[in-house]
Amino acid sequence: MISDPDVVGLLYLVTIACFVVSLKFLSSPRHARKGNWIGGAGMLLAIATTLLLEGLENWLWIVVGLVLGSVVGVIGARNVRMTAMPQMVAIFNGVGGGAAALVALSEWHNAADPLRDETVSIVLSALIGSISFAGSVVAFAKLQELISGRPIVFAGQNIVNIAVLAGAAVLGTAAVVGLEEQWVLYVLIGLALLFGVMFVLPIGGADMPVVISLLNAFTGLAASATGFVLDSTVLIVSGMLVGAAGTLLTLLMARAMNRSVTNVLFGAFGQVQVGAGVARTDDGRTVRATSPEDVAVQLSYARKVVVAPGYGMAVAQAQHDVRQLADVLEEKGIEVKYAIHPVAGRMPGHMNVLLAEANVPYTQLHEMDDINPDFPQTDVVLVIGANDVTNPAARSDPGSPIYGMPILDVDKAASIVVLKRSMSPGFAGIDNELYLDAKTTMLFGDAKDSVLKLISAVKSA
Amino acid sequence: MTDLPLVIELTILVLAAFLGFEVIAKVPTMLHTPLMSGANFIHGIVIVGAIIVLGTADDTFTKVVGFAALVLATANVVGGWFVTDRMLGMFKRRPEPARQKKDDE
Repeated sequence: MISDPDVVGLLYLVTIACFVVSLKFLSSPRHARKGNWIGGAGMLLAIATTLLLEGLENWLWIVVGLVLGSVVGVIGARNVRMTAMPQMVAIFNGVGGGAAALVALSEWHNAADPLRDETVSIVLSALIGSISFAGSVVAFAKLQELISGRPIVFAGQNIVNIAVLAGAAVLGTAAVVGLEEQWVLYVLIGLALLFGVMFVLPIGGADMPVVISLLNAFTGLAASATGFVLDSTVLIVSGMLVGAAGTLLTLLMARAMNRSVTNVLFGAFGQVQVGAGVARTDDGRTVRATSPEDVAVQLSYARKVVVAPGYGMAVAQAQHDVRQLADVLEEKGIEVKYAIHPVAGRMPGHMNVLLAEANVPYTQLHEMDDINPDFPQTDVVLVIGANDVTNPAARSDPGSPIYGMPILDVDKAASIVVLKRSMSPGFAGIDNELYLDAKTTMLFGDAKDSVLKLISAVKSA
Repeated sequence: MTDLPLVIELTILVLAAFLGFEVIAKVPTMLHTPLMSGANFIHGIVIVGAIIVLGTADDTFTKVVGFAALVLATANVVGGWFVTDRMLGMFKRRPEPARQKKDDE
């Protein structure tokens, strides 16, 4: 048993230091894994310290809870496929928020006469934690395709959302100024859950990187608020670190799409702007379909090839085959690079993880700003399952809904091959002028299938 | 736990926010997915709160709520850590030495 509060405080301080170091080690892929171990050690120390606090009871409950949670966590973490990583992150994020809300609920239940600042913290923790929980569950369902990934909208949605949130705020304020009834927090949690659901429903699949980052920030802030309830500095600091991380990523993702966070959250993109730019197809140019054999010849005589992957590659599970194709090309002495757009995939950095899983060395992965100057010297660009992030309309057409979004300048390469399932437009619901470019050819079909055909064609070319 | 004055706690909060921004701004885009899942793991620290609530509970309501909180928080911690470790294990400078490559580097 540890009874000296100073000792407890010091042990928790070590945990905080471990967490900061673990985040710091994430600045390079070489140390990142070690950093995670340091963070893990810090977490174990915090858990051990807490278990050794004086006066704890209900050991059976605690042990069963720890075991049950661990089993669920390990099974989930072991079995998840890398393409399913966004929903995994969403759901772990949700359970964290849920835990914070539940801690707040039991504190509310037990506090006989809570101080005002304690009530504020309880209300905030319950509110933010519940929003994060419900929002994450909906995000999970969308990404897992249990419900439609397209924006789900109805008239007056924003007004209803505001009303729900305002109701929760009124209740929270009432609790703070002295309405210390049990039901207040129940209703507040109910409203917050409802808001969480309603707030994520209208957001489309392609905007998920922003939503997941934001929910991540929410859970961090909820944990931090819980720290105020329990007077625990380790919770305050760790929660805030996560809050900062989530906020920063949210802003970065929104910037990468050249849209404001508000527009992403409340704009229901892809619903409103469908149809913009359609007229452009009427100027006599047509798309040119090609065959794997033709592309194989093109590739075999290239000196420099850039692969621009998008979510379509992930959906088709084609990342391993793409790497194989790159290997075959490299054996022929052709230089291969990968161009990664910041919002390719369903969460920040998703493409990097998928390609890392396929054993692509991270030195071959290039961010948009690094690779864009390379395109004019590139012989062939393979666009695999990416659409809006390569659409030149973002540069040239002020009327386009994605105008101003930084894109991969694939159209500057000598030739472009687009691997695509069909001519259906991308998430933004707009046509891609790139497909009409005289330098562009289209290889229709499932990405995995097409890449496999390319591999054998290149081998025999 | 020691009761700190609110102002001190708020000071800690604000400094932590600045620290967080500084540290995280240096994380490369490539590692943003592991960063998110690592951050996910870190907010699992709410497990400390869950243990305290459950360990000091003396009525059934609190026990049940505390238990649910503990299960969720543990899943968060354990799952978050394993997923992050799995992902970071994949980031390699060069592919496995199994393939013979021209030693161009």
